[in-house]
Amino acid sequence: MNFTLKVWRQKSANASGSLQDYAATDIPAEASFLEMLDIVNEGLLEKGEESIAFDHDCREGICGSCSLVINGVAHGPKRGTTCQVYMRNFKDGDTIFIEPFRGRAFPIVKDLIVNRSALDRIIQAGGFISARTGSAPDANSIPISKADADLAMDAAACIGCGACVAACPNSSSMLFTSAKVSHLGLLPQGQPENRRRVLKMVQQMDDEGFGNCSNHYECEAVCPAAIPATFITRLNREYSAAAVAASAVGVK
Amino acid sequence: MPLDSKIPSGPLEEKWEKHKFESKLINPANRRKFEIIIVGTGLAGASAATALGEMGYKVKCFCYQDSPRRAHSIAAQGGINAAKNYQNDGDSVYRLFYDTIKGGDFRSREANVHRLAEVSAAIIDQCAAVGVPFAREYGGLLANRSFGGAQVSRTFYARGQTGQQLLLGAYSGLSKQIADGNVQMFYRTEMLEVVLVDGHAKGIVVRDLASGEVSSHAADTVVLATGGYGNVFYLSTNAKGCNVTATWRAHKKGAFFANPCFTQIHPTCIPVSGEYQSKLTLMSESLRNDGRVWAPKRKEDVAKRPQDIPEADRDYFLERKYPSFGNLAPRDISSRSAKEVCDEGRGVGPGGLGVYLDFAESIGRLGEATIRERYGNLFEMYENITGEDAYHQPMRIFPAVHYTMGGLWVDYNLMSNVPGLHVLGEANFSDHGANRLGASALMQGLADGYFVLPYTIGNYLATTGGKKVTTDHPEFKKAEEAVRERTSKLLGIRGKRTVDSFHRELGLLIWDKCGMARTKKGLTEALKKIPALREEFWENVAVTGTGAELNQALEKAGRVADFLEFGELMCIDALKRNESCGGHFREEYQTADGEAKRDDTKFAYVSAWEYSGKLDKPTLHKEPLVYEKVHLATRSYK
Repeated sequence: MNFTLKVWRQKSANASGSLQDYAATDIPAEASFLEMLDIVNEGLLEKGEESIAFDHDCREGICGSCSLVINGVAHGPKRGTTCQVYMRNFKDGDTIFIEPFRGRAFPIVKDLIVNRSALDRIIQAGGFISARTGSAPDANSIPISKADADLAMDAAACIGCGACVAACPNSSSMLFTSAKVSHLGLLPQGQPENRRRVLKMVQQMDDEGFGNCSNHYECEAVCPAAIPATFITRLNREYSAAAVAASAVGVK
Repeated sequence: MPLDSKIPSGPLEEKWEKHKFESKLINPANRRKFEIIIVGTGLAGASAATALGEMGYKVKCFCYQDSPRRAHSIAAQGGINAAKNYQNDGDSVYRLFYDTIKGGDFRSREANVHRLAEVSAAIIDQCAAVGVPFAREYGGLLANRSFGGAQVSRTFYARGQTGQQLLLGAYSGLSKQIADGNVQMFYRTEMLEVVLVDGHAKGIVVRDLASGEVSSHAADTVVLATGGYGNVFYLSTNAKGCNVTATWRAHKKGAFFANPCFTQIHPTCIPVSGEYQSKLTLMSESLRNDGRVWAPKRKEDVAKRPQDIPEADRDYFLERKYPSFGNLAPRDISSRSAKEVCDEGRGVGPGGLGVYLDFAESIGRLGEATIRERYGNLFEMYENITGEDAYHQPMRIFPAVHYTMGGLWVDYNLMSNVPGLHVLGEANFSDHGANRLGASALMQGLADGYFVLPYTIGNYLATTGGKKVTTDHPEFKKAEEAVRERTSKLLGIRGKRTVDSFHRELGLLIWDKCGMARTKKGLTEALKKIPALREEFWENVAVTGTGAELNQALEKAGRVADFLEFGELMCIDALKRNESCGGHFREEYQTADGEAKRDDTKFAYVSAWEYSGKLDKPTLHKEPLVYEKVHLATRSYK
């Protein structure tokens, strides 16, 4: 198969970038999208040119590294991660636009690579349960209903790729934040820090420059882990409760 | 130099308790005076950073990924073992210990494995406490399953994403420590040298992968938790970035590399479909519970559609050879059997490298809905990758490299022979012998990080580790210079052949000669070819761009350069081990019916290789494996 690629090239964070044309020729239909880029890169390197930089690692849909906007859609035509897109999903001769995950809080590092450490800082603000190593009670001493455990697992499945941010017209990270708040808030172990966690994570989200949710549901549509937007509702509810409690009793 | 494994004296069951009591403690107020460098943020690294940060040490933690949450532990699917005996089915610390020793084909260190089994229960408690959403029963208690041929249900899991959930648990603890200021995190930063001062590991040299800046970091001790070397095969189930660089650089600074030829080939992966292929995808072993493995009896049938091959012309080779375990035979045995079938020309799919995993019988018996419920996500994944619908035609599977049991040699304290250099998780060698059992890798990573190193590290810090150094020390300047020189050498070649092309050739060679089955002839051949390939690499590799920027070609080149050296050691080790055990099958050493023939009189030892300055002439040190408790037996799965 043959394709024309229009790829975002940007030398560094402060350089200006542009879309450059590349021909991807003789691509096997069984190749993955990233393997197609590998083939193009091999050709560039053989010609002494610089390869197209993109993030990727596990290539099995779980690490959350890969982060391309393909033809305007975060992670491309199939719901799932970029690494799980295969060339048979395209037509021979297609022109394909490849861009990075854009967002105010995701500055470009180079070409298609962005800096998503803002998401790490949201977790650092409160996305954890403070249980000192060695101090845990027997795991079966806290029964958790299967329904709650399953719902917590649905939320915990988030891979932290940031597609929700890239897809959102407001560059909001509400789906990401809500997934962590829900995962920990649904578990009894997460209760002691729940209010404090919600307030701090939302504060960090704002500080990083992420926008707010205005119900476009684009995040849900591209999420490779199928995190539903109903978790955002849960986040809003938890936030209101925490904010009211904070103003009443001064939660810090 | 004699290898001192520092195994405590006394009865096996009491060694760890005794050792903990006898280990040196550091006063809480003094801990902040000690700096610890941790490289890698998988289960072992993240849990160690968390535990040591909580204790009050000053930790600097490094990962090459853009976030610590992306380390490859995240991809583990199946589960984590623990001797909880929640199912009342007769499990115990001793049974978990024994199964692990036996599974490792009696090539692991008894005392370490017993300790692993002892701390396994605390791992589950810790993970549940930090919010890992393990599978539960309706009563709210934890669910278990039996895994990897175990006769008890001791595996805890979180859907098919256990590694992800455990890593996110450890990562959340790490995140808290970062927020609290106990851990300083360095993202997108790759370790390129270990720095030794007066023979002690006192720091590292790293390259910031975003800016290209090379810098030094000094500490009181260095911890490597940098994973395995499976990518020496190019195609593996490892993430693309997994590499041997950190452990290899440490090896070249004096750390012994133990049992490098012990690698694990997983039987149920999606086969290779072409030369462009960049990685192999594992499908959970649980599929073998309901799928039957077969290949055509006759070569002439391999190109036929599977549905057109009648029952009588099919060879259900695992059921035929291992009637009592059948399709559930252990990983090494299943993998080797598939290879034999393909070697006979009876393999199916592209290149004849595949066998069928057929669900027709189970679907007939249980209905498609039941199979969909059990394995729906795996069938979906298979269809996404291959475009084939496994409900209506058999899957094609083939073995792929999955895990490496070898690693840097460590003593009971998890310290290498280089004082101050600790090694955790897959990066060390100690617990899995010649073959790792399913659901044991996650257990070992977290055991090392949460519950072993925090107790043993004090032994080094309180006794010999006192000397403080700064990055002004000339050894740091020397190491930085070595890194810069190497970088400019790679960039100066401007050759014609890409890094991937070299890596593919090396990988194929290692796979052929040092993969599922090895021979003296093949290994000798590989040992001729690897140095030649390495030479060509240094003359003709195409690395563009500069060192002062994000440069993925340069990153890969550095890693492949190390694989090109490491591969040689692997083959030397395989050639030296004149026996078959676990994942290491030497064709010359097999029983009359084709089973692995171990040689306990000559090879019940750990091969610990020392870098001699010459890659083709490493020095072998042997740590005898002394079994105080376990009786050496032959594994039989017939």
